[in-house]
Amino acid sequence: MLDQTIQNSLLDIRGVCRSFPKGSGEDLLVLEKVDLTIQSGEIVGLLGRSGSGKSTLLRIIAGLIAPSSGDAKCRGETIVGPPNGVSMVFQSFALFPWLTVLQNVELGLEALGVESTERRTRALAAIDLIGLDGFESAYPKELSGGMRQRVGFARALVVHPDLLLMDEPFSALDVLTAETLRTDLIDLWIEGRLPIKSVLMVTHNIEEAVLMCDRILVFSSNPGRVAAEIKVDLPHPRNRLDPTFRQLVDSIYARMTQRAETRSLAIEGIQGTGVGMILNHVSSNVLSGLIETLAGPPYNGHADLPILAGHLQLEADEIFHLGEALQLLRFAQLSEGDLMLTDAGKRFAHMATDARKKLFAEHLINYVPVMGLIRRVLDERPSHTAPAARFRNELEDYMSEEYADETLKTIVSWARYAELFAYDEQSELFSLENPH
Amino acid sequence: MALQDLRVPTLGQAMRPNIWDVVALILVIGAMVLIVYGGEQTAAPLSALDITPVSLDPANLPAYALRTTMRMLLAIVCSIVFTFIYAALAAKSRRAEMVLIPLLDILQSVPILGFLTFTVVFFMNLFPGSVFGAELACVFAIFTSQAWNMTFSMYQSMRNVPKDLEEASQSFHLSGWQRFWRLDVPFAMPGLIWNTMMSMSGGWFFVVASEAITVGSTTVTLPGIGSYVALGIQKQNLPAIGYAILAMLLVIIAYDQLLFRPVVAWADKFRFEQTASASAPTSWMLDLFRRTRALRALSYPFAAMNKAISNLHLTLPAGLKLPARSGPPSRVIDALWLVLIVTSTGYAAWRTYAYLSATLAPSDFFTAIGYGLITLIRVVVLIFFATLIWVPVGVWIGLRPKLAERIQPLAQFLAAFPANLAFPVFVVVIVRFGLNANVWLSPLMILGTQWYILFNVIAGASAFPTDLREAAGSFHLRGWRWWTKVILPGIFPYYITGAITASGGSWNASIVAEVASWGDAHLTAAGLGAYIATATEAGDFPRVVLGIAIMCILVTLFNRLLWRPLYAFGERRLRLG
Repeated sequence: MLDQTIQNSLLDIRGVCRSFPKGSGEDLLVLEKVDLTIQSGEIVGLLGRSGSGKSTLLRIIAGLIAPSSGDAKCRGETIVGPPNGVSMVFQSFALFPWLTVLQNVELGLEALGVESTERRTRALAAIDLIGLDGFESAYPKELSGGMRQRVGFARALVVHPDLLLMDEPFSALDVLTAETLRTDLIDLWIEGRLPIKSVLMVTHNIEEAVLMCDRILVFSSNPGRVAAEIKVDLPHPRNRLDPTFRQLVDSIYARMTQRAETRSLAIEGIQGTGVGMILNHVSSNVLSGLIETLAGPPYNGHADLPILAGHLQLEADEIFHLGEALQLLRFAQLSEGDLMLTDAGKRFAHMATDARKKLFAEHLINYVPVMGLIRRVLDERPSHTAPAARFRNELEDYMSEEYADETLKTIVSWARYAELFAYDEQSELFSLENPH
Repeated sequence: MALQDLRVPTLGQAMRPNIWDVVALILVIGAMVLIVYGGEQTAAPLSALDITPVSLDPANLPAYALRTTMRMLLAIVCSIVFTFIYAALAAKSRRAEMVLIPLLDILQSVPILGFLTFTVVFFMNLFPGSVFGAELACVFAIFTSQAWNMTFSMYQSMRNVPKDLEEASQSFHLSGWQRFWRLDVPFAMPGLIWNTMMSMSGGWFFVVASEAITVGSTTVTLPGIGSYVALGIQKQNLPAIGYAILAMLLVIIAYDQLLFRPVVAWADKFRFEQTASASAPTSWMLDLFRRTRALRALSYPFAAMNKAISNLHLTLPAGLKLPARSGPPSRVIDALWLVLIVTSTGYAAWRTYAYLSATLAPSDFFTAIGYGLITLIRVVVLIFFATLIWVPVGVWIGLRPKLAERIQPLAQFLAAFPANLAFPVFVVVIVRFGLNANVWLSPLMILGTQWYILFNVIAGASAFPTDLREAAGSFHLRGWRWWTKVILPGIFPYYITGAITASGGSWNASIVAEVASWGDAHLTAAGLGAYIATATEAGDFPRVVLGIAIMCILVTLFNRLLWRPLYAFGERRLRLG
């Protein structure tokens, strides 16, 4: 029985952790004790917010980075470097612009040392399968995004991998193109025409995960870990309008917002000052626009997230960012997949520009600890200036350099809108003087 | 030195010279001293060469032009090979990078014509009494004028290979060798080709200058356009100079049309962009090749060879293979490496000191620095005047697309044309009217390099967005305000690129421009270039070393303290789009 499972499981991940060095010297944990097994014949989705470590996990499986601890096995062998029988489709396509479609597809076979006539036959077969006939001699830059990603698929399939890894393969495409490609792929999969055994895909698109996967692992952020495993038993082809489908999407939304609530609260709770909070950059214009939309009909202060996302044509991830920013500023509240305006939010919606700025400033000082800190430092110093580096160092005690960048950017843009303090890009100084 | 490294430093990265620059400088100067020292020790007299004398008969010019071109080609091949090896080493090994990159930076600032002194001695001693040594010295001189910026460009590209392509080649199991030919080289290609073209432009100057050179008692004259001109100067034959200029013109045009345009048009596919650009470069030569079956067949062996080379399964034995990067690099090896660098730098410093102090007094240092400052003033003043003239002209041309299309190739061509061929014409005028050499020789320094300012400004003005021009027009921005608020910030990054190139080239040209002669009349302008040139002619190696070292330091400081901050500022704040 045990042998059976080991033989059948293509991939076996046990207690994998991964950390990256942080500015302050300590390590930043991005993946914590992840377990994952993939059997033959299933499509598994890794669903999570950006920064939840799902792409990191995918890269560990692809052998592109090594786990800090834990055990990652592919077909019973520990993964050291890219394993045989695994190939990958990239979000950015990762096509070689100086090679034609055919040459791009042949590349993987060349590296394996496949002899040239067989190489040609197999490449043409893959091109044919994925619907790229007639484009063999085109260069990637002559193709549309959808066609380019088809080349990406053909290149990955031509080596006949057991496991196909997909890193947000549709997120760089427009809505229509992405949908065509998804259904084409699922059709080939059901018909058993894909020369692969299993698929592991990373996505932050909830509907996409429900549409394609047999099993969904929902990741939580900071550090990334598997928060839930959801089986999708709906038969293919799946219908997005099917009530069971909708229900599943709604429940995943609710699950993800639940954690969003606890997340921002938890951070404030744990880290006394709360200075180490990661702020995702959301323009104040977008926030105002969202508050107005929420305040007006048909929402009247209360919106269901999937519906709002559909209406505003936003990805789940983006709507979460917005909702969290509003929640942080106490202009709205997230719960059970819904977004509700607070009283302050309702007042904000009906204010004129200057009053809005004043209220925004008040909320920034009261609810965003790092804003209060900067303002205090500026008030206390006789020169009323402070270098950005001083706060960057402090932020980097809690987060990676990239997040510190993003957080600083957010601070500057919100402070400018609220006229709390000024920032001079050239000298990299915060100051109290506003140019009038 | 003609072209400077144009990296944009990342935010907060110090641009001032640091300890690594000092290490590199000492290593370079030390190596020079060792070469000269070794040459002197062999004590072989620089034997007179037994070669057919150059004649002024214009019928010989095609043959001379061919030899000049061959030297050029040989040098470019060497430069490319050097580039691949050096850049790959620097990009792939962190420890090598620590030394190689500052070294490259200093090497770029070494005045190549001063270099010639050492290399002639070195190669002549290597092949005593044969022309081969002199030929090699000449090729080496051209190589040193070309290789550095090509290497920099390749290194930059290799460091900036897009991460997704890197991951793709890794996950498709490309070996390191395959990856180099399939990913690194193609990705570096556009930058490399552009830099090779710029190198070629600079190279003509040096091939001409290095064909006829006098080191101490030896005069080496290699048949070529450069030595033809040198003889013309000696014989005071103005028509001969005219023929040489004409021959050079034709050679450069042929080179451009038959070699570079096809290569540029072909390399267009390597440009890393996701959308097809509106106007791809074209070449009638490449079209000819692509459309003619017989000619196309010629390219098959190359394609096959390329494929075979890139697919060679070169794998290191398992023991030698570097383990996948896990954990921080070993501190012990780092320490050993540092000790090695410090020791060799110390040794180089000691040798240099011993060599120079044997013959030079402290006063010599001050003299050289004084001359260096004079040349510095010349460069600054010349760049100022060139800017005053060419920026308005360039803007005027650049804003008229039809005109720009016609003038731009001309400006590029003038930049490629070795200005030293035209020096005699100016010298004749100075001699005839008895003008002050200190003042009137100076413009020669910028004669060939001012065009870089012109064509970069034209490029900048042509790229200036129409909507911004229209906006400026609709707000009635005119005159001074229009210049300072609209167009000057708009072309600034382009102008800086041109000015850096022009200033680097001027330093180099000072060695041939501050000393000029026409028959028996010799003109000398006080300056570091003249200092090096006279020391070379006298075979006074310690002073040559000193002069070069001073020029190296001045150029490096000038670049770090003025040009690079300006460039970084332009890239950060004023780059449009």
